Amino acid sequence: MFGRFGLIFINNEWHDSISGKKFPVFNPATEEKICEVEEGDKADVDEAVKAARKAFELGSTWRTMDASERGRLLNKLADLVERDRLILATMETVDGGKLFSTAYLMDLGACIKTLRYCAGWADKIHGRTVPMDGNFFTFTRHEPIGVCGQIIPWNFPLVMLIWKIAPALCCGNTVVVKPAEQTPLSALYMGSLIKEAGFPPGVVNIVPGFGPTAGAAISHHMDIDKVAFTGSTEVGKLIKEAAGKSNLKRVTLELGGKSPNIIFADADLDAAVEFAHIGLFYHQGQCCIAGSRIFVEEPIYDEFVRRSIERAKKYTLGDPLKPGVQQGPQIDKEQFKKILELIESGKKEGAKLECGGGPWGDKGYFIQPTVFSNVTDDMRIAKEEIFGPVQQIMKFKTVDEVIKRANNTTYGLAAAVFTKDIDKALTFAAALQAGTVWVNCYSALSAQCPFGGFKMSGNGREMGEYGLHEYTEVKTVTIKIPQKNS
Amino acid sequence: MAVNTLRKGKGHGEGRLSAESGPLFQEHPVGSPVRGAAARQSSRGPGHSFPRGRAQALGASLSVQRVPGEHQPKLPLIPLGSGSKAQPCLAFSLQIFINNEWHDAVSKKTFPTINPATGEVICQVAEGDKADVDKAVQAAKAAFQLGSPWRRMDASHRGKLLNRLADLIERDRAYLAALETLDNGKPYAISYLVDLDMVVKCLRYFAGWSDKFHGKTIPLDGDFFCYTRHEPVGVCGQIIPWNFPLLMQAWKLGPALATGNVVVMKVAEQTPLSALYVANLIKEAGFPPGVVNIIPGYGPTAGAAISSHMDIDKVAFTGSTEVGHLIQKAAAESNLKRVTLELGGKSPNIIMSDADMDWAVDQAHFALFFNQGQCCCAGSRTYVQEDVYNEFVERSVEKAKARVVGNPFDFKTEQGPQVDEEQFKKILGYISTGQREGAKLLCGGNPAADRGYFIQPTVFGDVQDSMTIAREEIFGPVMQILKFKTIEEVIERANDSKYGLAAAVFTKDLDKANFVSQSLRAGTVWINCYDVFGAQAPFGGYKASGNGRELGEYGLEAYVEVKNVTIKIPQKNS
Repeated sequence: MFGRFGLIFINNEWHDSISGKKFPVFNPATEEKICEVEEGDKADVDEAVKAARKAFELGSTWRTMDASERGRLLNKLADLVERDRLILATMETVDGGKLFSTAYLMDLGACIKTLRYCAGWADKIHGRTVPMDGNFFTFTRHEPIGVCGQIIPWNFPLVMLIWKIAPALCCGNTVVVKPAEQTPLSALYMGSLIKEAGFPPGVVNIVPGFGPTAGAAISHHMDIDKVAFTGSTEVGKLIKEAAGKSNLKRVTLELGGKSPNIIFADADLDAAVEFAHIGLFYHQGQCCIAGSRIFVEEPIYDEFVRRSIERAKKYTLGDPLKPGVQQGPQIDKEQFKKILELIESGKKEGAKLECGGGPWGDKGYFIQPTVFSNVTDDMRIAKEEIFGPVQQIMKFKTVDEVIKRANNTTYGLAAAVFTKDIDKALTFAAALQAGTVWVNCYSALSAQCPFGGFKMSGNGREMGEYGLHEYTEVKTVTIKIPQKNS
Repeated sequence: MAVNTLRKGKGHGEGRLSAESGPLFQEHPVGSPVRGAAARQSSRGPGHSFPRGRAQALGASLSVQRVPGEHQPKLPLIPLGSGSKAQPCLAFSLQIFINNEWHDAVSKKTFPTINPATGEVICQVAEGDKADVDKAVQAAKAAFQLGSPWRRMDASHRGKLLNRLADLIERDRAYLAALETLDNGKPYAISYLVDLDMVVKCLRYFAGWSDKFHGKTIPLDGDFFCYTRHEPVGVCGQIIPWNFPLLMQAWKLGPALATGNVVVMKVAEQTPLSALYVANLIKEAGFPPGVVNIIPGYGPTAGAAISSHMDIDKVAFTGSTEVGHLIQKAAAESNLKRVTLELGGKSPNIIMSDADMDWAVDQAHFALFFNQGQCCCAGSRTYVQEDVYNEFVERSVEKAKARVVGNPFDFKTEQGPQVDEEQFKKILGYISTGQREGAKLLCGGNPAADRGYFIQPTVFGDVQDSMTIAREEIFGPVMQILKFKTIEEVIERANDSKYGLAAAVFTKDLDKANFVSQSLRAGTVWINCYDVFGAQAPFGGYKASGNGRELGEYGLEAYVEVKNVTIKIPQKNS
């Protein structure tokens, strides 16, 4: 079923890898191999960059296209994704271990909306005319940056792909995309839709492969003008370093988090428990925004913990394709082991394991929904990104204390506060060092809202109008004129 | 001059247009008429297959004066008229559209809409008046209530509905283009390639804005959190002109709906058909009842009811400056409703002697004669620099003489009839005034056919600024060419008008281009081009040419109220 799509997508054509190498792709629910995919490396990235560069030449079809037509193409792509929603959602499930219903409703829904959102921007990215001193006429052009390298993570393979390509294309860039080696299938399927939608050859190129080879080739490339990466903070550092060492390409990074979720005693407790639960356990805990430090005010702490355990115990684990299943597998063996190791450290460091704590089933990378209480800020599970179904619940007493503790991290991706008090809500909205703050909700993301990290959670923003700034160069044009008039 | 007179057509009078009125089109050389599903097929099929580059150029610049020339574009068959007598070809309601339903006028009155190519009645349309406007306003208000489906709808979903409407118009493009030509008289090739293209693009453009028109958070002094919401104004009255019936409808609906308003629209009595067809598509697209209400009717009755209505929050009008005054006054005397006006013009088009002469002649001709001269932005004062004046005049006359006037359904036709008898007479009146006041009639000057409202392409030379034809809006195929010597002089003369809608300058000199473009008092200045429109670019008038802007991001401003929300907070931090 997937054989046709296991190739490298360059210039709207399908290619074998230059090295002849392939790599296997696994179903994390069964540990079985789904298929093999061509393994792109430096030589393939070079080919893709050449194609992207050519598509970006002055006078090319892509460069001379009306902005509104770029929007039309993105809308067409949205139509095609909508048409093939079922197959794409199935791929996400088989390849990424994502619950099918989630993949179909949430992931694909977000993909389609994001494409349409960016489609609308294409002809609304305004330059300005500038009232410069002197006898000059000055205006700005918002020009595409050029060839953009985009490295996609495995936790939301399609959504993250769309978050990258949609703003890049609406601004008129060309892209070389590397999907994650764990989850290349849906991205490669998108290659065929991109071609079908009518994007000119070379505008989008997709090279499946590994980080240290294909990913490094992108971030080091002398002819890539910008790199956008979503993934771990560790790799984010490598990318920025590579950009610095090579051609000072622009860098945007969307990295890890250890996001605080603060629950006050005056909050709607039912809602708070549910949001805190979903905020952590959504997609097996594999979210950069996971609310993995839950600070609960002292008077309701015990009740909150009790209800959270109850909620976590309700889970049905199993094959994510099957209806009724609520939690699928972790993405791969490496993640699986890492999570179990962090659970062990939690136990060792004195956190109270309330439920879960071990693997589940006899095959696939399943981990029991796990809740720790009595977690203290110095424990590893309170500091490191676990990226698994492991919830940490801490206790706090005062506003000042919890602000300090919430901000005491190298991360700053997201944060939330639950309270009915307007003063508290707005105090936290201002005080929390995070790119996104939710009040009385969690994980509320949409294409209209910018998203990105303070501190080591990243550089730059994706989505919203802000997200477009990362894909344009501003050019100031100044023309001498005989006489200025207001 | 090639003039096709229309003797063949035999339209019929009263009642809904039926198969019997087909002959006008049956005898047309273009091809066999198609209806219904077949029409839809054709609008998706070969019609869209002519080279994209060309279609795009047409859409972008309106530079269509050569359309019927040597490279005939493939157009879809015209889906009006019928070989079969079994079914009517205007198979949609000609009533008042309120609450997604069709209603007779409260008065039960109807009025005839006329085919300007023949002077014959196409059909009767329900005639809305104050009582119908009241009903429509009630429906609109209900749709705008807090908690209504429309108010609670995601902004992105409003965009989706607008995109769907664009899809439906695209689907029925050939049919709508034919309706437009039938009712307004503009050449079918233009309706199809230009008007419909721009309608679809306009709706898509505003679809995109629906979830992108951002409020702001504001660093207010003191311990406050301050932000703005861009809220819809409410019930918007929109009064549409007859020169671009569908396009002006889209210009009005796009921004109003993108920003979440509800609409009571009066379409021009000369050209109600295409707007009523679009009403069906609005319902089909899924807009909730009451969001868009469309009333065919007359200005002094239905139009006045809108502009003086106490429950309409905003009125937008495109039409004459004379009526614009009435609208603004009615708004002032009633509830101070917000007013945007897009009115008349007497736009200067300045040709410097260093301009590319072929292009300048071409564009100046197009600037005036496009749409039978019925454009508010028509370049109706062509100022030509002394040293190229004679050559320019000579070539302009040549060009006007070659303009093909005739049956608007004929693909060769470049110029159809004027919209109605009143306009026709008014234009002929201006032509005789021009002659009387001493302008030199170089060609044309008369009716171009023995029936229908056709006027010969007319060129006046030696026109002086003081002449009536140099000061008043003619709105017909009558070109005025004036002579000038210096830049300073021409700027002063160009600005010496109560109007300020558009202007253009043709020159290869960068300094002149910048100087003139900054000096002209007009809402749009074209440099080395004319009539370049796109949904992205704002359009509107200085001075008596209007208030406010349509299109572009600027066009959204007229359709929102800015609400400032300020919340006391315990402590402000940056």
